[in-house]
Amino acid sequence: MVNKTQKTAHISTENLNLWFDDNHVLKDINIPIYDKKVTAMIGPSGCGKSTMLRCFNRMNDLIPGCKIKGKVNLYDQNIYDSKVDVTDVRTKVGMVFQRPNPFPKSIYKNVAYGLKVRGEKKAKIDELVEKSLKDAWLWDEVKDRLHESAFSLSGGQQQRLCIARALANNPEILLLDEPTSALDPQSTAKIEELCLELKNKVTILIVTHNIAQAGRISDYTAFIFLGELVEFAPTKEMFTVPKDSRTEQYLSGAFG
Amino acid sequence: MDFKEKIFQSITYIASICTIVFLFGIILSLFFEGLPVLNFTSIKDFLFSKDWYPTMFPPKFGILSLIAGSFVVTLGALVISIPLGLGAAIYISEIANKRVKEILKPLIELLAGIPSVVYGLFGMAFLSPFLIKVFQVPIGLNAFNASIILGIMVVPIISSMSEDALSTVPNSLREASLALGANKWETIMKVVLPAAKSGVISSIILGFGRAIGETMVVLMVAGGAAQIPDSIFDPVRPMPATVAAEMGETAIGTPHFHALFGIAIILFIITFISILIIEFVVMRRKK
Repeated sequence: MVNKTQKTAHISTENLNLWFDDNHVLKDINIPIYDKKVTAMIGPSGCGKSTMLRCFNRMNDLIPGCKIKGKVNLYDQNIYDSKVDVTDVRTKVGMVFQRPNPFPKSIYKNVAYGLKVRGEKKAKIDELVEKSLKDAWLWDEVKDRLHESAFSLSGGQQQRLCIARALANNPEILLLDEPTSALDPQSTAKIEELCLELKNKVTILIVTHNIAQAGRISDYTAFIFLGELVEFAPTKEMFTVPKDSRTEQYLSGAFG
Repeated sequence: MDFKEKIFQSITYIASICTIVFLFGIILSLFFEGLPVLNFTSIKDFLFSKDWYPTMFPPKFGILSLIAGSFVVTLGALVISIPLGLGAAIYISEIANKRVKEILKPLIELLAGIPSVVYGLFGMAFLSPFLIKVFQVPIGLNAFNASIILGIMVVPIISSMSEDALSTVPNSLREASLALGANKWETIMKVVLPAAKSGVISSIILGFGRAIGETMVVLMVAGGAAQIPDSIFDPVRPMPATVAAEMGETAIGTPHFHALFGIAIILFIITFISILIIEFVVMRRKK
């Protein structure tokens, strides 16, 4: 299914299976995520796409009863290997959640959080906070009120703050879990544009419920249905000539 | 309006009015009987003299020693109960799995249900001889003993209220922190605890109020000497113990009687302020 002439994957799964207790949620997933591209994961609610996203930074580890078999390789390092430091994985693979979840702290402290945890020096933190806020297109809106509460920002601004907070760690990969589902159309458009800009620096993996959004911003699309990866292809290819009839039906709105 | 509904409404209304009447009744009688102590001593001598000789001629009504006794045992209790209570709260809310949590939580709450006289007995019969043996002190009924017993009594207050506060911190904040590469410990210390700060502070103040107002334990194990303690192993006479011990031997309307009510006013003011602070903290959080 995957075009073999492609360059090697940045992060990829190898026969990934996941269970929540006895519920087999992900079945034999093999997917490559290419470097500095936007890959979208689409599929109906409950198909396992968010769960799959959370395999890439081991957030599923936190859920009791979760069992994982198979590999997730960051280049050639399996992040589920027992020697791997999970905090290291999560620093390299950043994540932005469905609902903006800034800490009840100032704008500055939100962005500085990951850096402080790693014990960076104050001057370096100041510099990286500014850079990350600029990269998330938030700097001009907040530069005069860095020490105000993050809750004083609008929903869209909060989500860009969460992106800035993730970028401050200088991640290689950014996981976005339906990042615009709680936002208005204007804020959504801004975050979509931002994704297109950010892919010059990081590999982006986005889960979305919105097929049009996947079409607008992604280079590759994965269609997941009932825990299986039905189809993975360059977005243009999948949206014009889907190979699987289920993909075709989903894209045409027959179910969802 | 339906007749039955009207009756029901009036009953609940009367019940709520009653609580207010009781509250103001108690406050009024407290000040009515307590303020006359100022006919026999100045407010300065009352609060800042350490001579409490209520049955001498002329009597001396300085309660500084009693205030000192109360604060020593209360602060001692907090030194013990804050780390234990907060530690238990963090363990139950953040670390324990569901089954351990279900066992631990009611057990700690059971600790709150033990009558204070039972704590007092424990302090007298077991802790006191133990302290004499271990620390080589002449008296086992002292400020240290009272601090330990009060501390144990306050643990469930701090732990259950802090645990509630920690549990209401949204999971999305923990996830955000962990996803940024923080470990569990950093997440608890830098995100969860600060987010639950107002609830934790409220629990500590409530514990303080409980400890400073607790009567039976200090009456039984604090030693009863009206003096400003030089060491934690000195016996002390906290305010509630003084009132409880002396009220029965005092004739109504005597200066001594009014002085004991005066002590009660001080206790009331202290707990009233602590409740105001809690309200203030909670209000600020809601804003």
